[in-house]
Amino acid sequence: MSENTIRLPDTSKLVISSSPHLHEDDSVRRIMFMVILALLPACIAGAWFFGPRALWVLLVCVASCVACEILCTRLMGREVHVSDGSAALTGLLLGMNLPVTTPTWICVIGSAIAIVLGKMIYGGLGYNPFNPALVGRVALLLAFPTVMTTWIAPMTRRLEWAGVNSVTQATPLGVSELTAGTLPFSYWDLFWGRTGGCIGETCVPALLLGGIFLIALNIIRWHVPVFYLATVAIITGVTHWLAPAQCAPPLYHLLSGGLMLGAFFMATDMVTTPLSRKGAVVFAVGCGVLTSVIRIWGSYPEGVSFSILIMNSLTPLIDRWTAGKPFGTPRRAPREVKP
Amino acid sequence: MIKQLHFYGGIHPVEDKVAQSVPIVEPPILETYMVPLQQHIGAPAKAVVAKGDQVKRGQLLGEAQGFVSAPVHAPTSGVIREVTTCLGPSGAQVPALLLASDGEDAPADPMPAIDWHQASPGDLRQRISAAGIVGKGGAAFPTVVKLSPPPNKKIDTLILNGVECEPCLTADHRLMLERAADIVTGAQITARILGAKKIIIGIENNKPDAIEVMRQAGADYGIEVCSLRVRYPQGAEKQLIYAVTGRKVPSGGLPADIGCLVQNVGTAAAIADAVCLGKPLYERVTTVTGTPLVSPGNWRFRVGTTYSEAIKLAGGVKEDPIKIISGGPMMGMAVYSLDIPIIKSTSGILLLSKDELTQFAVRPCIRCGRCNDSCPMGMMPGILSVQIENQRYELAEKWHVMDCIECGCCAYTCPASRPLVQHLRRAKAEVQAARRAAKAKAEK
Repeated sequence: MSENTIRLPDTSKLVISSSPHLHEDDSVRRIMFMVILALLPACIAGAWFFGPRALWVLLVCVASCVACEILCTRLMGREVHVSDGSAALTGLLLGMNLPVTTPTWICVIGSAIAIVLGKMIYGGLGYNPFNPALVGRVALLLAFPTVMTTWIAPMTRRLEWAGVNSVTQATPLGVSELTAGTLPFSYWDLFWGRTGGCIGETCVPALLLGGIFLIALNIIRWHVPVFYLATVAIITGVTHWLAPAQCAPPLYHLLSGGLMLGAFFMATDMVTTPLSRKGAVVFAVGCGVLTSVIRIWGSYPEGVSFSILIMNSLTPLIDRWTAGKPFGTPRRAPREVKP
Repeated sequence: MIKQLHFYGGIHPVEDKVAQSVPIVEPPILETYMVPLQQHIGAPAKAVVAKGDQVKRGQLLGEAQGFVSAPVHAPTSGVIREVTTCLGPSGAQVPALLLASDGEDAPADPMPAIDWHQASPGDLRQRISAAGIVGKGGAAFPTVVKLSPPPNKKIDTLILNGVECEPCLTADHRLMLERAADIVTGAQITARILGAKKIIIGIENNKPDAIEVMRQAGADYGIEVCSLRVRYPQGAEKQLIYAVTGRKVPSGGLPADIGCLVQNVGTAAAIADAVCLGKPLYERVTTVTGTPLVSPGNWRFRVGTTYSEAIKLAGGVKEDPIKIISGGPMMGMAVYSLDIPIIKSTSGILLLSKDELTQFAVRPCIRCGRCNDSCPMGMMPGILSVQIENQRYELAEKWHVMDCIECGCCAYTCPASRPLVQHLRRAKAEVQAARRAAKAKAEK
């Protein structure tokens, strides 16, 4: 080849940056939208059981969260990044944790609390210590206890909006029969979601589908749901064995309340849970212990929200405990002085 | 084959070993060579020739300054046109000699050949020092220093690094295929110097031909080949030692602390040349590759060959690259000029096209933990990066930032596209400066 046809690169537009010069094809936005996608089966199930108003609640929560984040970011004088999907995800999770009868204005308040007090005042994405959706939910639970604990039976208002014919029903964990020794719902009812409850928490197969999808894509750690559920199963198994008349069997506990939703989608929230695998296991076991304790001995029928929030507060400590020593023996070998 | 252990973490980037099947080519003699006097870690060499001097190939151009230093030799015969400075890959100017070749490539008298079976370790070390041998894996640490561990640290295992875990680089692969016997000889010489009883060669199993060739070459000498699972950074010293022997280099320590020493296969071949042929180090095999190039390959360049010459030999470019990297894509340095010369440690020149450029806006750490999952040293780069952003370097030191080997696995996996390696490097520099200041204060 003659010299004339060899072309040298033009160096005037070369980019300089630090190594590494390769990057995996992933982003925060992709992660958030994958989680949203994984939640959709449970949302659809919620709409199926509780009627079209469920979709309205979810929509209001998502829209309010996104609006609040935009407003807050502008007030903080920062670049708006709602397109990364984290506000939408918070809205969706909050909505899935509300009963279908929640009035619209309460949904908006919950969303505002979730975004403003649960995330933005700490500096936005990545800096909040508590799960924002749970902050919103628990705030609503404490501020509007009656609204937040009124449940309707599923399939009673599937095609209705106003719900004049809806029937209220206690949730699987709220029934008093639990302490009388007989189970009010069959395991199949619990599994498919033919019970009262929050919009997104009842249909187990829909939640499992989403959860396994996320584990397969390596977006959430399998350690968290496995250890969380196993801990609850073990503790409730022991209590049921010791007092079968007062305590429900472990499978009943696993399939009721917000445990499945919490184990797969709330306790796996990256920002508020420990960074390492070891830390995630400690977190999950802690959640399992607290959930079981609150359910069995506490006055609230459901313990998932509180247990996750309490463990969130311990996350920095868990991180420090599980930071571990880097690769190499623990004792620092003194550097030899070279001759 | 030894049972190998898998180190924690690491990543599996696309291997892209396009130049794998291209044999090493001996390039023609160029018109000029810009020979830096600093091609190694340590004090630069001091020029012993002046402007206008005639030199022959292999003649001493600069002598080592102190123990942690190395001499520099002429890549070809010719005249010293200038004593000047040139651009190095890190962007700094380094002292250099501009050599105008006379085209004859006449050799200087070689150093006498040594029968290494009989020679003392001291004589062998002397020869390695005189030949200017430095680590050719990329670090360019003067080999004579590495081969002189303190007397209380006995080395029993020599590990040859034929892993070449960086994507795109294939120089070591071709070297193993084409110079297996010399690598084996060099390994034996090194083992004799150290008194090591065992020699193991680590090669990633995406190079089955090299594994077979080295196995045959080393069979008669009791040299084992350990076939390693492909994972970046398997070729990093600590990870390689762990995979091959199961021993862990202590945090803050050196391989010699656990009786091991790692040497690049290129360094071994250079040692064989120096001892058996009396040839000093003035050339190395470099991979020139990348999608914008017309014909990627591997060449045995003389030091002082500029990157523009190297790219010309690779047929030039089809399209303008967006990045030119000295080294591999995970740990190499991006450069802005083609006037940089190839030195003893230049393992590759990589060109990236515009489609391959990864440039994203930095987002806050979402604590996903992928950095920790992929860190071969078990650190938490995400947490460290937030500390460093807030200039809490003393916190970073507590969270083990000094153990970072700058491999790039964390930044590769970070979905928030954070410049983690840049942060960690900054923190390491700050911590070292603080330590030095504290030491100076304590000594007052």
